[in-house]
Amino acid sequence: MSVWLVLAVNSVTFGGLLFLLSAGFSLVFGLMKIPNLTHGSFFMLGAYLATSLIAWGFDFWTAAVVGGLLVAVFGGIVERFILRRLAGAELAQVLVTLGLSFMVADVCLLVWTGDPIRIDTPAALRGATSLLGVGFPTYRLAVSLIAVVFAAGLWALLDRTRLGAMIRAGVDDADMARVTGIRVSRLFTIVFCLGAWLAGFAGVIGGPILSVYPGLDGEMLPLALVVVILGGSGSLLGSLVGSFVVGFLYNFGQAMFPELAYVVLFLPMLIVLVVRPQGLFGRPAA
Amino acid sequence: MKGIALGAALVALATLPLWVSGTFYVNIASQILFYAVFALGVNVLAGYAGLVSLGHAGLFGIAAYTGGKVLGAGYGHLTVAAAAIAVTLCASAVFAVLALRGTGLGFVMITVALGQIVWGVAYRWIGLTNGDNGVTISGRPAPFGLSLASPRAFYWATLLVFLLAVASMAVFVASPFGASVRGTRDQPRRMNALGYNVWMIRFLAFLLSGLWSGMAGLLFLYYNQFVSPQAVALTASAEALLMVISGGTATLLGPIAGAALVVVMKNVASAYIERWNFVLGAIFVVIVVFMPEGLVPGTVRLARWAGTAWRPPAGGSRGAPRLRRGAAERMGGVGGHVGAPHNNIEP
Repeated sequence: MSVWLVLAVNSVTFGGLLFLLSAGFSLVFGLMKIPNLTHGSFFMLGAYLATSLIAWGFDFWTAAVVGGLLVAVFGGIVERFILRRLAGAELAQVLVTLGLSFMVADVCLLVWTGDPIRIDTPAALRGATSLLGVGFPTYRLAVSLIAVVFAAGLWALLDRTRLGAMIRAGVDDADMARVTGIRVSRLFTIVFCLGAWLAGFAGVIGGPILSVYPGLDGEMLPLALVVVILGGSGSLLGSLVGSFVVGFLYNFGQAMFPELAYVVLFLPMLIVLVVRPQGLFGRPAA
Repeated sequence: MKGIALGAALVALATLPLWVSGTFYVNIASQILFYAVFALGVNVLAGYAGLVSLGHAGLFGIAAYTGGKVLGAGYGHLTVAAAAIAVTLCASAVFAVLALRGTGLGFVMITVALGQIVWGVAYRWIGLTNGDNGVTISGRPAPFGLSLASPRAFYWATLLVFLLAVASMAVFVASPFGASVRGTRDQPRRMNALGYNVWMIRFLAFLLSGLWSGMAGLLFLYYNQFVSPQAVALTASAEALLMVISGGTATLLGPIAGAALVVVMKNVASAYIERWNFVLGAIFVVIVVFMPEGLVPGTVRLARWAGTAWRPPAGGSRGAPRLRRGAAERMGGVGGHVGAPHNNIEP
C-alpha cells in the first residue's frame, strides 16, 4: 500500500516538473513551429547555474528565480540573434537548436565537471508532512503545489489577459494575427523567454529530486517531446494531462519493469500517434 | 571527362591502402567509407524525400546489435549479415509507419522519440544489450576464405559495400522511383492528384534508407568488433544528419564529402581537444546559418562568387548575372533545400 502511495506521490511530483518543462516547449512549438531541441539544455543549465548561485551564498528560491532568469536571457539571445535570422526555415531552426544543445552540454561539462551535483532541499521543506494520517515528503508536496500554481497562472495568462489572447491568436493563425496588428515577432521573443525561464526554473526545483548531471538534458528532452506529442502542441491542458500521464508511467514503469521503463514511457505516445496524430488536445492540421 | 574522373577516383580508392602508409590512415579511410554508406542512406530521406530523420542511429544501432547478438549465439557470418539486415528492415518498416503519421516537424519529433526508444533499450535493457558495457564480438568474418582481420583487407571489403551503395544511389536517383520520391518532396499534393501513392513512395524510400543504414551499422560492428549505446545516441543521429547537410542534401557526392569531413574532423579534433561535441554543435550552427545549402554547393557558390568578384571589368557583362544568381541561390538555399519541403501543405 505505502509503496504504491509513495510511487503515486513521486509520479505527481515528476509530472509537475514535466509540466513546467513542457508547457514552454509546447507553446514555443505551437506558436513558432520550432521543436526547440535546446529545451532540455535550458532545464539542465538552470539547475547548474543554481548550484553555482547557491555556492555563492544565495538561498534556494532566489537561485531558482535568478537561475531561470539567466536561462531566459540566454533563450532570448538565441531567439533574437539566431532563430530570427532563420525565420521561415523551420528545419534549419531545428538543426541550430540541436547544435546549440550540444554546445551547451559541452560547456556545462567543462564548467561543472562530470560529477553529479545535488542541490540541497531548502531547510524549511525538509522532512515529512502528515496528510490524512500518511506521511509525505514535504518538498515533493511543495513541488506539486508549485506546478499547480504555475498551471493556474499560465492558464490565467493565456485565457484572461490581452497578451494571452494575442498568443492564442498567434498559435491559431500567425499570419492572420499579424494582419490584425499583433506584433507576432515580439510574441515569439516573449514566449521563448517565458518557456526558457520555466524550463530553467523547473531544472532548479527538480534539483533536490533528480540532482544535476551531464546527460540530464538528453533525458528530459524526449520526455518533453512525448508530452507534447501526447497532449498536442500549443495546448496547455494537453501539456498538463500529458505530463501527469508521463510522470505516472515513468515512476510506475521504473518500479515494475526497471529495464524497460524508458520504453514503457513511449508506448502511449505510439498509440496516440496511430489513433490521433494531432495529440489528445490538439486540433487536426488544416 | 566525367568518365576519366570517375575512373581516376576508383583507382585512387582501390589502391589507397598501397600508397597510404600506416594502418591508422587506412582505418580512417574505412571509417569514412562506412559512414558515407550511412550518410547515403540518411540522404535518401533527408535529401530526396525531404523527410529529416533524427532517429537513424537507431536503425544503424539495431543492425549492429542484432549482428553482435546473433554472432554471440554462435551462428555463421552469413546468417549474421542476413539477420541484421532483415531485422533492420523490419525496424525500418515500424519506424516508417509511425514516423509517416507526421511530415515536416512532426516527422522530426517522432524520429527523435523512436531513436531514443532504441537508445533506452540499448542502455537500460541490460539482459538483452549488456547496457553501458555494450556487445563485443570476436573477430571479423572471412568470406570465401579471405580474412578481413587486417585493416587493408577490411578497407577493401568496406570499399566494395561503399561502391555498391553509391551504384544503388545512382540507379535510384535516375530511376522513375527516384523521380517520384523527389516529386513527393516538392509537390506532395500534385503527386497525389496525379495518382501516385505518396505514403507508399515515402515508405519505400524509408526502407531503402534503412537498408543502407543497416549495412553501415553492420560494417561499424565488424570494424570496431564492439557496439555500445553511444552508437545509438541522439548525437550519432545528429552526426549522420550533419554529414548529409554539410556535404549538401540531395546530391550523390555531398554525403560522401560530408562523411569524410565529419570523420576527419572528429579524429583530428579528438587528437587535440577533448570537446568534439562542442565542435560538432558549432559546425552545425555555422553551416546552417551561413552555408545552408551544404559545403559542396556552398563552396561552388563561393568560388563562383569569388570568380565574378575578381573578374576584370571587361567580363562584367557576364559577371553581374552570376553574382545575382549566387545571391539567389543563397536565399534559395535556406528556403529551397532545407526549408521548402516543409512549407508544403499536406494533402
